[in-house]
Amino acid sequence: MGFFENLNSFGDKTALVCGSGDSGERSLLTYSQLAKDADGIAHAVGGRCLVFLVCENSIPSVAGYVGFLRGGIVPVLINSGIDNALMMYLLSAYRPAYCYLPSNQAGDMVSGECVYEYDTYSLIKTDYECDYELSDELALLLTTSGSTGSPKLVRQSYKNIAANTASIIEYLEINEDDRAITTLPMSYTYGLSILNTHLMSGATMLLTDATLMDKSFWALMKEERATTFGGVPYIYEMLKKLRFARMELPSLRYLTQAGGKLSKELAEEFNEICRNKGIKLIVMYGQTEATARMSYLPWEMADKKAGSMGVAIPRGKFGLIDENGNTIDTPDTVGELVYEGDNVTLGYAETRHDLCRGDDFGGRLVTGDMAKRDADGFYYIVGRKKRFLKLFGNRVNLDELEGLLKKQGFVCACAGVDDKLTIFLTDSTQEADITSFVINHTGISRGGFKTKLIDEIPRNEAGKVLYSALADMLG
Amino acid sequence: MTNLEKYNNAFIETFGVAEEQLESLLYQGVPEWDSIGHMQLIAALEDAFDIMFDTDDIIGFSSYEIGKTYLKKYEVEL
Repeated sequence: MGFFENLNSFGDKTALVCGSGDSGERSLLTYSQLAKDADGIAHAVGGRCLVFLVCENSIPSVAGYVGFLRGGIVPVLINSGIDNALMMYLLSAYRPAYCYLPSNQAGDMVSGECVYEYDTYSLIKTDYECDYELSDELALLLTTSGSTGSPKLVRQSYKNIAANTASIIEYLEINEDDRAITTLPMSYTYGLSILNTHLMSGATMLLTDATLMDKSFWALMKEERATTFGGVPYIYEMLKKLRFARMELPSLRYLTQAGGKLSKELAEEFNEICRNKGIKLIVMYGQTEATARMSYLPWEMADKKAGSMGVAIPRGKFGLIDENGNTIDTPDTVGELVYEGDNVTLGYAETRHDLCRGDDFGGRLVTGDMAKRDADGFYYIVGRKKRFLKLFGNRVNLDELEGLLKKQGFVCACAGVDDKLTIFLTDSTQEADITSFVINHTGISRGGFKTKLIDEIPRNEAGKVLYSALADMLG
Repeated sequence: MTNLEKYNNAFIETFGVAEEQLESLLYQGVPEWDSIGHMQLIAALEDAFDIMFDTDDIIGFSSYEIGKTYLKKYEVEL
């Protein structure tokens, strides 16, 4: 059963608490109210079709999401900070029947008639003619990176969501008493999985778009007694900067970490802090292509297996393959990580005409991550097969970014490590333009990259960029 | 370099802004000063003045001008 079908069984329990603004005001919604309001939004849409849902961590955003799933309507989850040009591109590639978005963004983003309003959100009926079909299995669509201008979406099925939600609840032992506070957007697979699992469990979601650097976040956390939150590596960097070790947060039961690997120092530091505080720290690994989660490191093993991403989630299975696709059985041998399970999504879509497609992945995901397994069966990520890196939890494909910059007429090459992208360029007059283009059109924040002027971009005889040489010049 | 120059430089280098913009600079007032930028600014200031901010001062540091008053607490005269 999907989490969205189960809401009424929790009746008057609080499903959502939203702490918006600095005023300390709180809005609450019980499970039965959520089901009722969600169904109202779905009813206004009418029947199965494609809807763009511009996401915030707010009650109307969650109610729309839940309503669409309950009504068999397929939402594309989009971050509210999306670049306007990318939004236009997605709209023309997918032609949704409706857009459900914050009313104050509606005018800029989409044209059409407002047919329903709920709280701060509007449901806009678009003028697009529907010339495509939706597969019966298709539940929702998520972007893969959202930053390099690619309209590529991941197609998740009802079965995918049900399977991954059940596995996660099992290994994290999520229960009705949990109160999870948001630290990630719900358009991001990790953030969404936290929402799904808690609504399935009858727990409470504390919704906020405030960041860890905002007073209102900590006020909500303390006053509403959050028991858990998740964090990508930069969230842990922030916690460290904020002297998490010295904070009094007695309600916290456990923390999760995913979306990239913590540095060794940071991982050791947080293992110790959490042990001292009696908070469980659970490292996980996942991808949008696997709905959300594929592995977890049981907290009891945090020290003994530091640096490991753990073992497969319940009912999932990992394997390693060599360059020829043969299975690697020897421990401590690096190969490409392959995952099998019911949470492996259907595949990708690049236009609306892909939405009728069935299961392309067939329950098996070749992850693109290079890993090894120790003799006890624990897995360790050691690198990546493809040229991408993670900036603050978001995947950035370096080849795609380079292509995008090249299209603008810039001469450059991209390299770097997680959370530090370097754009190498040879023409100093382009430096300011590249910087402003990246900030304004890719969603990559100023602190996530730097430019570096070099005499020449190193290339081999065939003209291919020598990224290994660039890696030595990162400095 | 004077302390004020060090203070200004932390903003200019972290956010890529011009000196003229500093006086009116607010947290989340420019795209560069988001939560990640804030973390980087705090790190730059801590390095520049060899101090360690308290949690409340980090989350209260909401503008260029307010930041100056926080530095006084750490005995940095601007």
